[in-house]
Amino acid sequence: MSEVNFASVIETTAAVAKGDVSATEATQQALKKIEQDDAKINAFNTVASDSALAQAAAVDEKIASGQPVGPLAGLPIAVKDVICTEGIETTCSSNILRGWVPPYDATVVEKLKAADAIIVGKTNCDEFAMGSSNESSAFGPVLNPRDLSRVPGGSSGGAAAAVASGMVAASLGTDTGGSVRQPASFCGVVGLKPTYGGVSRYGLIAYASSFDTVGVIGNSVADAALLHDTLAGQDVRDSTSLPGARESVSDAVEASQDLKGLKVGVIKELNGSGLAGFEPEVVDRFRASVDTVVAAGADVEEISIPAIEATLGAYYMLVPSEASSNLARFDGVRYGHRASGGNTAEMMRATRTEGFGAEVQRRIMLGTYALSAGYYDAYYAKASRLRAKLIADFAAIYSEYDVLMCPTSPCVAFELGAKEDPLSMYLVDIATIPANLVGAPAISVPFGTGAADMPVGIQMIGPKFGEGTICRVAKAIEEAKND
Amino acid sequence: MSDNNNSLTTEDVRKVADLAMLNLTDEQVEQYTPQLGSILSLVAEMDSVDIEGYEPTHHPHGLVNVYRDDVIEAADVTESVMASAPDTENNQYKVPPALGEEQ
Repeated sequence: MSEVNFASVIETTAAVAKGDVSATEATQQALKKIEQDDAKINAFNTVASDSALAQAAAVDEKIASGQPVGPLAGLPIAVKDVICTEGIETTCSSNILRGWVPPYDATVVEKLKAADAIIVGKTNCDEFAMGSSNESSAFGPVLNPRDLSRVPGGSSGGAAAAVASGMVAASLGTDTGGSVRQPASFCGVVGLKPTYGGVSRYGLIAYASSFDTVGVIGNSVADAALLHDTLAGQDVRDSTSLPGARESVSDAVEASQDLKGLKVGVIKELNGSGLAGFEPEVVDRFRASVDTVVAAGADVEEISIPAIEATLGAYYMLVPSEASSNLARFDGVRYGHRASGGNTAEMMRATRTEGFGAEVQRRIMLGTYALSAGYYDAYYAKASRLRAKLIADFAAIYSEYDVLMCPTSPCVAFELGAKEDPLSMYLVDIATIPANLVGAPAISVPFGTGAADMPVGIQMIGPKFGEGTICRVAKAIEEAKND
Repeated sequence: MSDNNNSLTTEDVRKVADLAMLNLTDEQVEQYTPQLGSILSLVAEMDSVDIEGYEPTHHPHGLVNVYRDDVIEAADVTESVMASAPDTENNQYKVPPALGEEQ
């Protein structure tokens, strides 16, 4: 059988469609690669060999009998372990859910299966997606395939590392404050976070419900666009999902010849000349990426959004508040871990104490504090008003500009254990959280390397449903890199 | 509780942990107190922005109520949902006694 090139979704699915390789063979190759490489990377919490091979056999049968197959037929794909998969253990990388097998599929998983993709396993992540380095996982850290002494980013660290190491061509991640884009940046792959409400959250275990999105990770902009198109759409089972037809992002990317007529704003606060903490090599790569966008014909100007300086404060009030409420459901009664002994309340306390790791406990306490009597107005209400202002500021800018640009992360992948102080870890999110606060689509595309020869990601942020536009700019940067 | 973000006390942390149904050791309280205090100091940054005239928002795109047709759908899920629970009896969740110690 011919070898599958797991560097590309489009090539893998084309090889299966042409009959060069069967879905079963493609799946076997992915499983073999995971078996060989994952002992050192730790990208997977669960490898679902049996169900993957059964799914692949069903796809092969469809092909053999001449039935039409979906757009991702035979594609081995990994799913972040915060997304429910029927019959496959789903843990949120937490001891409180270890061993839990969901009785249903998330809508995005249903859509992958309907597209005939093959779910090969569940990827490691920060516990309940809370973190920027994958170090808070109860299943141990994921290592960066580019340099095993460094983190892959987080929280979708396993999803990014699985693609970067070639174990799979694609994975699903989730992005609440940068959790798809930042690990994509750290691992040198493409990560696309959709418009809030553009992709269903049904079956995504809730962390911060008004921020959570399901994003995709792949090796190219075209792959990310195809994967996103497969997932996008309103879902009656997710009351926060947006109505309206979704335009094909793949078509927008394919049709794009150049960027003539596009107005691009470079965010001053996040380009190295505003807020501190951006590594000089990251700033250099970012400037070079702006040059390529200018060369592709776009009209580029620097713009300023002063309220960005306060976004970390607002984010770390709102998100822990939503998390403390969402995670109240883990009490040892309906699912997951239950501690033994005591009365009901004592059992619940012991369960939560044993089951949650330190970062999750910190965020639950922070949110509980922000929402507690006497503090609500000063913390939660103020932060949600600041969020409203930021949404208005972005809307005003999008009336003049089509897309905004900044580095994805102020730094390249750091070494394991380098950021033990939680606050220093939070500061890493400065460039990714604005898109989550305003619900905007955003993409990270790799563009060369910075310090220690580690990848640098460039971020494009668009208006609501602007996935096509941000992907067009990302494609131009990707092509310039390949020249 | 203190009004000064940076002077979050160990007593504040004990109280919040109690509200959040977490049992902390003295060591954990000592560890979490300065960490949470430094995170709360980020919140002071919000004071630099004028938010006069902005109402709190809870959906980034302003979606409010969503309705679907009021149609009954089959949902024979009791068995599979109850299968997730640590302990059940007659399709009901079973927990230790609410008062006192488990017998």
